[in-house]
Amino acid sequence: MSDARPHLSPAQQAWRRFRRHRPAIVSAWFLATLLLLVLLWPVCLRVLGTHFAGLHSPNQLSDAQFSPPNAAHWFGTDLHGRDVFSRVLYGARISLLVGVVGALVSLVIGVLWGAIAGYTGGRTDAVMMRFVDVLYSLPTIIFVIVLLTTLGQVIKHSHWVQSSPALEGNLRVVLLFVGLGAVSWLTMARIVRGQVLSLRTRPFVEASRALGAKPHWILARHIIPNIFGIAITYLALTMPAIILYESFLSYLGLGVQPPMASWGTLVAEGVTQINPIRIYWWLIAFPGAVLVSTLLALNFLGDGLRDAWDVKNRP
Amino acid sequence: MYFVRRILFAVPLLLVISLLAFMLVKAMPGGPFDRERAHASPEVERNLRAAYHLDEPGWKQYLRYLGLLWERSPDGSLHHVSGGLLNGDFGKSTKYRNHTVNDIIAQGLPVSLLLGAVAFGFAMGLGLPIGFWTAAKRGRWEDYIGSFFTILVVCIPAFVIAPMLILGFALKWRLLPVGLWETPWHVILPSAGLGMMFVGKIARIFREGMLQAAQSEFVTAARAKGLSEYALLLRHAVRIGVLPVVSYAGPMLADLLTGSFVIESIFQIPGIGVFLVNSSLNLDAPLIVGLALLYAMLLIVLNLAVDFAYTLLDPRVKYE
Amino acid sequence: MDFPKRAPKFFSRARFLFVLLGCLFLSACRQAEPRADLTILNGGEPESLDPAVIVAQVDMRIIQGLFEGLTRFDPKTARAIPGLAERWDISPDGKTYTFHLRTNLVWSTGGPITADDVVYSWIRTLDPATASDYSSQLYYVKNGEAFNNGAVKDPSQVGVRALDRFTVEVELNHPTSFFLDICAMPLTYVVPRQAIEKYGDRWLMVKPLPVSGPYELVYWRLNDKVRLKKNSRYWDAANTQSDIIDLLPVGAADAALNLYETGQADIVWDAQLVPSELLDVLLKRPDFHTFNYLGTYFIRFNVTKKPLDDVRVRKAFALAIDKARLVKKITKGGERPASHLVPDGVANYHPPEGLGYDPVQARQLLAEAGYPGGNGFPHVEYLFNAPAGGIKIHENVAIELQQMWHDELGVQIDLRQVEAKNFWGMQSRGEYQISRSSWIGDYNDANTFLGMFTSNDGNNRTGWKRPAYDELIQRANEQTDVNERDQIFQKAETMLVREDPPIVPLYFYSGINYFDTNRISGIYPNILDMHPLQAIRKVGRGTRGGAAESRSSNQSRMTTLDPRPSTLDH
Repeated sequence: MSDARPHLSPAQQAWRRFRRHRPAIVSAWFLATLLLLVLLWPVCLRVLGTHFAGLHSPNQLSDAQFSPPNAAHWFGTDLHGRDVFSRVLYGARISLLVGVVGALVSLVIGVLWGAIAGYTGGRTDAVMMRFVDVLYSLPTIIFVIVLLTTLGQVIKHSHWVQSSPALEGNLRVVLLFVGLGAVSWLTMARIVRGQVLSLRTRPFVEASRALGAKPHWILARHIIPNIFGIAITYLALTMPAIILYESFLSYLGLGVQPPMASWGTLVAEGVTQINPIRIYWWLIAFPGAVLVSTLLALNFLGDGLRDAWDVKNRP
Repeated sequence: MYFVRRILFAVPLLLVISLLAFMLVKAMPGGPFDRERAHASPEVERNLRAAYHLDEPGWKQYLRYLGLLWERSPDGSLHHVSGGLLNGDFGKSTKYRNHTVNDIIAQGLPVSLLLGAVAFGFAMGLGLPIGFWTAAKRGRWEDYIGSFFTILVVCIPAFVIAPMLILGFALKWRLLPVGLWETPWHVILPSAGLGMMFVGKIARIFREGMLQAAQSEFVTAARAKGLSEYALLLRHAVRIGVLPVVSYAGPMLADLLTGSFVIESIFQIPGIGVFLVNSSLNLDAPLIVGLALLYAMLLIVLNLAVDFAYTLLDPRVKYE
Repeated sequence: MDFPKRAPKFFSRARFLFVLLGCLFLSACRQAEPRADLTILNGGEPESLDPAVIVAQVDMRIIQGLFEGLTRFDPKTARAIPGLAERWDISPDGKTYTFHLRTNLVWSTGGPITADDVVYSWIRTLDPATASDYSSQLYYVKNGEAFNNGAVKDPSQVGVRALDRFTVEVELNHPTSFFLDICAMPLTYVVPRQAIEKYGDRWLMVKPLPVSGPYELVYWRLNDKVRLKKNSRYWDAANTQSDIIDLLPVGAADAALNLYETGQADIVWDAQLVPSELLDVLLKRPDFHTFNYLGTYFIRFNVTKKPLDDVRVRKAFALAIDKARLVKKITKGGERPASHLVPDGVANYHPPEGLGYDPVQARQLLAEAGYPGGNGFPHVEYLFNAPAGGIKIHENVAIELQQMWHDELGVQIDLRQVEAKNFWGMQSRGEYQISRSSWIGDYNDANTFLGMFTSNDGNNRTGWKRPAYDELIQRANEQTDVNERDQIFQKAETMLVREDPPIVPLYFYSGINYFDTNRISGIYPNILDMHPLQAIRKVGRGTRGGAAESRSSNQSRMTTLDPRPSTLDH
């Protein structure tokens, strides 16, 4: 069962396999470039802002409404004359954070929950999965609204915010991340539990048990690595789902507060351009393309990682 | 035995869900009768709230909702307040003042069920073959193309796909109606819009499941016996590979059957999906709890079906 | 790519599913029902069809077809003309109205409509148990407010009584020039006592529903449609133009436009149903009609919170807003920038000028108040509501205002968006500093706007209490002379928008309807956006039954607003 070759550690082997997966490499480069751009852009604006025509702050209104892409505005402008390029990059910060933090929260909770439930079986399994069922049965939108509004009130009255009100906006965004992650772990738990149910009866697990291994050891060394593949794939599917749920919330007016931008708000604004009368295509094309490319890249990256870590991988 | 126990558990489960939903609604700021125009007088506001028993303490409202409330009438005797959940009465909506929650669900549920069922068929009917194909052709260009498209549809939100479908099929090419719910033709675009994202998800999950199954011992054994690759995959690996899809299909179907807010509002379909979101925003407590219970019941039934399917598909799975 | 010949079990199962679904498809076919003569997109699902209880215009448009009051609105001028009452006498002191009902009134299900029904309906609206939010409009009637408050328990004390079978006498507290308009509003509509007493809350679900108006209710399917059918027992049934009308509760502007473009809807009448980004293109089309609408979009200040308790700060904020730029850049529907609250075109009133756009003076005032250049200005939030999936007009206006106040005054305010119910709760409890607001007038008179800001009115919501203002409003309402009233209201409004403003009016709403004037007749633009259903007709498809008579009587009604003669057949 072991795949340890004489002189390469498993991590090094995984890295090698990863390198062979072309789309994953391309995606990794894309994401790295995006990340760099997103991090450098605010610095760029502050330092070089007044010197170049193409550099605008994302919240700067102007009278150049709805202008198509040109030298002054690389992605055009919107209703308020704001530069779409800048807004897309600033929006990336929020959306990427939402995706990463939310997906991590959902991964950790979901895998642990599902693995423990599936492996332990019996009453614990029943109770844990009933809990998942109960939470699942609540319409997510209610849960999200309650979370955002009641905790929003708590934040408003907390002493941090009283001393520096500008913090409130940021704290509200953090609340959004955590909230979205907290509603996304449920399906992951179900799937992991299903897989573990299958794995539990496998011979190697039985053998381990016969040898006297403790449950948490079995979980950590045998079960979890075997569900890693499914977990990573599902993670790669969860990040887009979280980012998309954020855009749904923005469509309902519950996402990030204006005038802050996120890809969700930009796409929700741009979607009104899909009509038969007049299309200001840059309002949906650019935010949409960047969003979709990033999500595609994340997915392919996830694929590559899964292929790399898969212990029984065909050469 | 296991399944009987699960069904018995469903009843307290539903009770817990109703309590949780009720508490969540009460936790939200604002009231269902707050609106732009102020009430005519404090007396009017008082009466309005009293008509919906909003002036009572929370526990009493909940008991009344369940149908387990006994009240003392003016002559001193204790009598049972009629109605309530145990009598099948889900209460009166605070937003749609002439309709009960039963009315609303009875009108909207069949529509959402049909929409969801067709979308489910669409998602499975396209997702499974594509997933199988990409798994069979793993590593080759067919896999990359297929994977690209399946991931692509997952990345596009429904409120972008739906207007695009309408713009193309209904407005530019005038093939299908642009909205409403009257003839079978009206079902096509909304179901496609609703199911599109799930095509991608199903395909991905199935692909992953197939790849895992293709590496398990009995498949290796069958390969050693000399079976061709396709026969191998189809007859042996599929039963195991489809397990994650089955797991996923349960919640997915529950989501689909309760309709989708985005699709139903863009296509103007009289299902219950719109109510799911609007009731939360309107703080319409009976409707919220009613819909939550409906969704919960669907989910319980579907989860049982999923677990049952597991026993059929993977003989190694046993429940104590 | 080649699949093996033998299909695996579950693929065949999937195919079976498809076949099953195909059968379900066919069952989705609705029973063939006659196509409606008119399909109107009404903008949102009605909350209720009980005339006493409703507040939204969406509900009112449907109810106007089902029930009627003593007077009704003229389709062209939106003034009150005889409805169930064929004539009335007003006493010299203006406090007593005697209405003479028509003698041929019957319910759609049979049975006469008499003065007792009228009195019953009015008392029901005023009854505190009915919890009618519009009942305050009947406070002009003697003891109306007292009965509604529970101070008076005996309904016979209220100033409305049936003198005989066909005569209703109404006593008012003081002369009220717009009282006949109130008699055309849904809160006074005559409702069927026989159904309400028998079925209680569920009376609207009775089939057939007894109605007093030009149309009967065929069915009411939530989120689907309301179907109305001509009530042949209505006293004016000969003039009802269309037989079957469908009203669709479409809420989304894009869906509305699509339905209209593909011919599935004939009329769209709700300004919210026009996609705002396309307004500049759409307004150039001949089937888009804009008109002045009795509504104002304004900002409220909470004058109890610092620093907004200082009138100089409020005036500075008001003077720093370039309203012309707002309507040109953001709203684009032909709205007019507003410096006063009561819209132009309101009957018998000439509004005074309020504060305009003067950034220099604004900065000066702010400096006087102690915040030169915006320095040291405390944290202030602008609150607005988030329409779910709807037009983002409030957000767009908020962003522009934020920028204007920053550029002109140096003040950085924060925006706060909350969902609707939370928003109105916060506004009514005064938990805000600056908030967006709007108001649509109930009837064509200045009082519907100015009366709001008296000290104890629930719709005030700013904490602004000025006894001088209250006194002016009261005097104006007791005044019978139209010109005197005009003067007094002007004084009051000057206080409200110029001298000591708790609000800043931004623009007057522009109503928008879209329909093809070549195909639809009977809709006339008026300031209330009131279009009685019975007057609307699709030209080119005759009404069933009685077409000849209605054609001839119709021609005498048509005026220059519809220049084409009625040609019913192509």
